Amino acid sequence: MELLDSNVDLKELQKLQGHADRVWGLAWNPAPHNCGGASAMLASCSGDKTLRIWQMGPTHRLDCSTILEDTHTRTVRSCAWSPCGKFLATASFDSTTAIWKYVGGDFECVATLEGHENEVKSVTWSSSGTFLATCSRDKTVWIWEVQPGDEYDCVAVLQGHSQDVKMVQWHPLVDVLVSVSYDNSIKVWAEDGDSDDWHCVQTLNEGSSGHASTVWSVAFNSSGDRMVTSSDDLTLKIWDTSSAISQTDTEGFASWRHLCTLSGYHGRTIFSAHWSSEGIIASGAGDDALCLFVEEKGNSIEEPSYRLLLKKEKAHDMDINSVRWNPKDQRILASASDDGTIKIWEVREIS
Amino acid sequence: MLSHPTLMTSTEHPYSLEELKVVSEDSIEVDDKLSHVRVVFTPTVEHCSMATIIGLCIRVKLMRSLPSRFKVDILVAPGTHETEASINKQLNDKERVAAALENPNLLEIVEECLSPSFQTWT
Repeated sequence: MELLDSNVDLKELQKLQGHADRVWGLAWNPAPHNCGGASAMLASCSGDKTLRIWQMGPTHRLDCSTILEDTHTRTVRSCAWSPCGKFLATASFDSTTAIWKYVGGDFECVATLEGHENEVKSVTWSSSGTFLATCSRDKTVWIWEVQPGDEYDCVAVLQGHSQDVKMVQWHPLVDVLVSVSYDNSIKVWAEDGDSDDWHCVQTLNEGSSGHASTVWSVAFNSSGDRMVTSSDDLTLKIWDTSSAISQTDTEGFASWRHLCTLSGYHGRTIFSAHWSSEGIIASGAGDDALCLFVEEKGNSIEEPSYRLLLKKEKAHDMDINSVRWNPKDQRILASASDDGTIKIWEVREIS
Repeated sequence: MLSHPTLMTSTEHPYSLEELKVVSEDSIEVDDKLSHVRVVFTPTVEHCSMATIIGLCIRVKLMRSLPSRFKVDILVAPGTHETEASINKQLNDKERVAAALENPNLLEIVEECLSPSFQTWT
């Protein structure tokens, strides 16, 4: 049964409380079975300077199993799991990125990546497991190579953005990186075939049908041929890349074109958007609302377009900072808010 | 801070910004139903960093006085500042505001400006 054709609702399954300040970021462990056999593990990071790990127990509810504190000295803004699920990276306003390793039931800080001049805003692991990327208000994007023995070498400091870089995200299939910024642009970075030099291969700004204000987030669909960006300009934009080239060719992921703009759905800054493996886009904004969008099945001659599937007003009491689909259960969505809570939702078809 | 009669409406907390001597009655719009507040202020000095600090003080004061449901937009009065677009963008970027308030030096300045004993801007 296709989700596209049915009516859906968003059922609140659980509300996770505990953080003492706004929750900025969320990350579902992609391989929770590698961390003690949990069926689901969610990491959350906060203005309270801690990272919390929530694990699903036998009751099918998430309980807080670990609090990683006394490491970062300021807000923890973003967190990301390695593809193997055994490492967690946390990016902080204290200008460092900490790497945590799951060791015998606990998490140990095994490395601290330093170098950014001020607040680190985002961290992301490549699906190859080879690279990490971080970005900062210092306008740069750093690429780190993972070495044996929990060593991380900085292999590139990418300059190009003219302002604060809000988020970085690796492509799901190839080692191509996308960054979004307060300078209103989206940049695509890739390694030069021979020279191992990273450079900007594309910039999507207002002239290329890009955003008119700060771009806050970027997310790819599972096949990696589309990405969605969200902005302070109150829109979501969908970008498409030609799949004429084989999917393993990096070049094929360096020419993105604007496909569609979703506007009029949120009344305030859209802080986050995420794409489920099933193709549902979730967005969370400063209007406290959560929206779901799907591709419109229409005339094959026309340009693909997206339609609103559902809008949940007052999903939280305050701004929504992050929305993340559970990679292991594609109908489960987590949202994090300025209200200090995390909510777990289930998309259900209703007859 | 003294309460201002016309701003009370149905908000739960009184607040006033006239003590900052940069905001007049006409420049605060409150939409209680939409939980929205918009403040337009005129910086008394040309210097950019001062305007940003004033804006930050206004934001902190409102954050501490208003119920959490309120969304606040703070803008420099049009035509009063060369770099008003850039100041407005910073003042309304909550991540930038949050990071600024974690800077102990900046926080100290804000606290001092908001303290009851701080009477006038020089």
